[in-house]
Amino acid sequence: MERVILHSDCNSFYASVECLHRPEIREKPVAVGGDVEQRHGIILTKNQIAKRYHVKTGEALWQARQKCPDLVIVPPNYELYMRFSQMARRIYRDYTDLVEPFGLDEAWLDVTADSRGRDGMTIAEEIRGRIKNELGITVSIGVSYNKIFAKLGSDYKKPDAITRVGKDNYREIAWPLPCSDLLYVGRATKRKLERYGIHTIGDLANTPERTLRGWFGKWGEVLSCFANGLDCSPVARYGNQPTVKSVGNSTTTPRDLKNDEDVKIILYVLAGSVARRLREQGFKGRTVCISVRDNQLFSFTRQHTLGSYTNITSEISDAGLGLFRKHYRWERPIRSIGISMADLVPDTVPSQANLYRDEAGRERLEHLDRAVDWLKNRFGSFAVQPAVLLTDRQLSGFDPKKDHTIHPVGYF
Amino acid sequence: MSCKRYVDVIARFYEDGRLLPLAIWWADGVMYEIDRVLDVRPAASLKAGGAGIRYTCRIQGREKYLWREQDRWFVEAKQNAG
Ligand SMILES: [Mg+2]
Repeated sequence: MERVILHSDCNSFYASVECLHRPEIREKPVAVGGDVEQRHGIILTKNQIAKRYHVKTGEALWQARQKCPDLVIVPPNYELYMRFSQMARRIYRDYTDLVEPFGLDEAWLDVTADSRGRDGMTIAEEIRGRIKNELGITVSIGVSYNKIFAKLGSDYKKPDAITRVGKDNYREIAWPLPCSDLLYVGRATKRKLERYGIHTIGDLANTPERTLRGWFGKWGEVLSCFANGLDCSPVARYGNQPTVKSVGNSTTTPRDLKNDEDVKIILYVLAGSVARRLREQGFKGRTVCISVRDNQLFSFTRQHTLGSYTNITSEISDAGLGLFRKHYRWERPIRSIGISMADLVPDTVPSQANLYRDEAGRERLEHLDRAVDWLKNRFGSFAVQPAVLLTDRQLSGFDPKKDHTIHPVGYF
Repeated sequence: MSCKRYVDVIARFYEDGRLLPLAIWWADGVMYEIDRVLDVRPAASLKAGGAGIRYTCRIQGREKYLWREQDRWFVEAKQNAG
């Protein structure tokens, strides 16, 4: 059966929430700017008026002021944005409990089984109206039969608009768009595709999957699926989540851990599920915390704050392992171990560090994680495992996302 | 120039969990009794700049909106209202 999936995206979210609360700046160019990495503030979002001056997300505040001297820059108020985000999600949940948030301001909804038999466009229209009346901001919504095209639809026309991308019209709507409009296609992938003469989503769709796999590995398979509307990843179900302060996992291991290699395996599994939950909930974190308990039940915790926010498995697990090596002397074997990420920010906050660091390398890591998420959603948690986990099946053979040994939020 | 005015409110929690305002305590010390709550719904106020639960109240024969925004209550005040 063909699914009915909506992707709803709050337009210029932070700026819209600020403008709602400050009637006096509504008719002016407005941007929300933050001191994301200490000294140098950057633009986080801007309203429609500021867009006309070509103010861009991620650029330095001084650059933006040069383009638009009257720009009103307000500091971010994440608590307020979280409240509005939750109000929006509450509205979505009136239509389905299959609501998957993507960052604070976006969500997918699977409304295939609408109890009142309404079609996707009708529901989208109702949601658009309710967000406007109840939150005082606008959304654009894409209506499609898969998550990727639904997301394209919500980008297609904004603000305050609805676009349907169906099996009958995706070639006209989606295919002429540049590849970089596809979810997860960042600058590095875009540049690589361009080198091969692939510019539009249609170009990508008409490239044989084998060719793409040759260029990108597993990621190529995912790209091909996306472009052809074959993505069948489900809209995840989320309960009414409290505001998350930290995301962590810990486990009592199947056998005592005896050396760094054992710990590396367990931390990798745990970090993978922490990173996955961060991504699912739209967060990045900066403070890594490990908790260790030995077989005499002596325990300790240690934490370390990273240079930048991350939700990348290998970065989290490396930091955890680094902490462990620094603080554990192997006087006794280990009975249980945990890792968590705190100091969370929405993953829509661009990190200025990204502008200078090895951007392509980071994007590759994020893609790797995304591709793994995607395969796991499709085939279950054991479908894809990094080589480190294959060294000891007994140790790595637990599924921290499903097993009851997980202690979610706030366990330590 | 915002016309958002936070106000003191006397309200009643009912045993079924509902919360309804009974009176607004204006800054000048005058208390306005709410004759009846006509409607309760989530709504934004573009005029005052905020969003929350909006109570449509009848006060001295006239309909007035009163908002509950998390733990605080506000009304859309006239520009020149003290
Ligand atoms: Mg948005």
